[in-house]
Amino acid sequence: MIDKNSTTLLSIKNLHASINTTEILNGINLTVKSGEIHAIMGLNGSGKSTLAKVLAGHSAYEVTAGTIEFEGKDLLALPPEERARAGLFLGFQYPIEIPGVANTQFLRLAYNTIQAQRGKDELDPLEFDDFVREKMKLLDMKPDFLDRSVNEGFSGGEKKRNEILQMALLEPKLSILDETDSGLDIDALKIVANGVNQIAHKDNAIILVTHYQRLLDHIVPDFVHVMQAGRIVMTGDKKLAMELETRGYDWINADQRLATGVNA
Amino acid sequence: MSAVLQSLVNQPYKHGFVTDIESDVAPKGLNEDTIRLISAKKNEPEWLLSFRLDAYRKWVTMSEPDWQNVHYSKIDYQDISYYSAPKPKNKLASMDEVDPELLRTFEKLGVPMHERAALAGVAVDVIFDSVSVATTYKQKLAEVGIIFCSISEAVHNHPELVKKYLGSVVPVGDNFFAALNSAVFTDGSFCFIPKGVKCPMDLSTYFRINTEGSGQFERTLVIAEEGASVSYLEGCTAPQFDTNQLHAAVVELIALDNANIKYSTVQNWYAGDENGIGGIYNFVTKRGLAKGVNSRISWTQIETGAAITWKYPSCILRGDNSVGEFYSVAVTNNFQQADTGTKMIHIGKNTRSTIISKGISAGHSNSSYRGLVRITPTADGARNYSQCDSMLIGDQCGAHTFPYIQVQNNTAKVEHEASTSKIGEDQLFYLSQRGIGAEEAVSMIINGFCKEVFQQLPMEFAVEATKLLSFKLEGSVG
Repeated sequence: MIDKNSTTLLSIKNLHASINTTEILNGINLTVKSGEIHAIMGLNGSGKSTLAKVLAGHSAYEVTAGTIEFEGKDLLALPPEERARAGLFLGFQYPIEIPGVANTQFLRLAYNTIQAQRGKDELDPLEFDDFVREKMKLLDMKPDFLDRSVNEGFSGGEKKRNEILQMALLEPKLSILDETDSGLDIDALKIVANGVNQIAHKDNAIILVTHYQRLLDHIVPDFVHVMQAGRIVMTGDKKLAMELETRGYDWINADQRLATGVNA
Repeated sequence: MSAVLQSLVNQPYKHGFVTDIESDVAPKGLNEDTIRLISAKKNEPEWLLSFRLDAYRKWVTMSEPDWQNVHYSKIDYQDISYYSAPKPKNKLASMDEVDPELLRTFEKLGVPMHERAALAGVAVDVIFDSVSVATTYKQKLAEVGIIFCSISEAVHNHPELVKKYLGSVVPVGDNFFAALNSAVFTDGSFCFIPKGVKCPMDLSTYFRINTEGSGQFERTLVIAEEGASVSYLEGCTAPQFDTNQLHAAVVELIALDNANIKYSTVQNWYAGDENGIGGIYNFVTKRGLAKGVNSRISWTQIETGAAITWKYPSCILRGDNSVGEFYSVAVTNNFQQADTGTKMIHIGKNTRSTIISKGISAGHSNSSYRGLVRITPTADGARNYSQCDSMLIGDQCGAHTFPYIQVQNNTAKVEHEASTSKIGEDQLFYLSQRGIGAEEAVSMIINGFCKEVFQQLPMEFAVEATKLLSFKLEGSVG
């Protein structure tokens, strides 16, 4: 959904990041505007998930060079909770279990924290219950989700739905969905994709991190980026994803060697 | 200080003082003369002096236990003064004089404003609220025949009850610290719930202000007669400071047929500074005797303070169908050490026990669960379920589990589960990615971890306990 009145939400320039002195990101450049859906594809170890975590502010990674601006502000200066409050959301590849904490308690605390940040009313437990149940319909979730401990004993599909439920509740400006499609059967994939499509609108943006084309059958990206060795080596539209599906990542390898040669 | 308050504070000792002894503090050291002095000061009957001397004579033959998983330099028992007359605390003129650190603590814990003044020792009129609360309590309890007073008072007003039950669950020579306590205890609480009476309110030492500062060798005795029930709360979440380093308390509970005693503790003794200097040694013997059929004894403890904690609230399940429960959260931070757990001794038929222990270690601290489940040959159909979970915060701390299981009856069922987890960077990152700040995130994770224990606490205590834990662990994460 590319809109001519769109504004720049995210601007990444020459981003380098490492973990335990091993460089994982090696000069990322990416601009995301409101209303856009981007897909980032690539093999395991290409740096896709690292990029997602660095954007969210995971402390294990050190940014060694480059800048990230979020709505014109220096994102790297903010701790993770401030980034979240500013409207950046990460849908986790492996959502974390928090034993003994009721899902509804967690969801309400997160919701109210964001609401408070936006100067909006917080909801008491009863109001929130009505509100969250409405959102859960979007993802075909059973009410008992609310009483269970956060992600504990959830199936893979349930965990991913719980992530998208949080996205629906928190209404982020930018959502990064890290391999949301992994571990989902086709029915669950459709439900999750449908949820994401309903949340997407002209004022927010989504980055899908994925291995496979199949998610992109249901959520159609405006841009597809291919990552390799910590860089974006190719950018195209949804046709690029289909090409990858048929020709495999080796095709990029060959192509990228040429590209590097030209750019060097 | 008002005359009313003065008299309340001094009440337990009104029978006591012998005029020819001028000093309020006994010379340092412990021998039979010291014990005679304590007993004389308190104007005690002969049988109690014998009780003390018997304990002392056992104590001198015993040696300090060294099997527990804690380390401290040797205590010089001859360098302690075993008696000092209770003095009203020095009152401060206003809240402005109170240590700002203490005020910050109250703030964090959400201690109600009027209680802050009382706890900080400020002489203001609001303290009268507590006095009147205490008085109202007493009247209401007296109406149903409940005795709730200091143990010194009980010795004089209800000697037959004290004589019958004191030392009946924890014998004078039970262990080194219990023997010491039996020899030199100065005060504590006495609670008696007569036949068929359900205590209409939670009994809290917090409101029994007349024995404020009952000292380092506290003695508690709770008796529930046939069909009686009581919920007893010990301690409070506000930090407690004391100049005495060694605390060796003894608590005895007795439940007769169909009686029910629930004993909840929030312990927040001074834990020493962040370098492990100072802090209270809390060496406590707590034991309940489920004596009658269908009786129930339930211990719930939230242990957050003290430099060293050594305590094993236990249940002796003698009555058929009797039930013992132990719910514990032990938090250690900085250089704190805790070796705590329980003993469940099954004697009666179809006796049941549950143990839920949650240990949280942060900083350089060490926390051990040590528990014994013993099924004796007579305990047909006995059942036990134990669950011991440990959580580590950071990588400098330790958690240990020492479960001992002795089964001498093959109809018994004993289950034990244990887990150790690390408060994950990942959990914190996950919560922070949803906008939740570090303090709230830790609080939420800890609260979830301790849920099964907090559920056992009276509502108000549970809320305070949650805050207390977050406060204790503040700054230990991230």
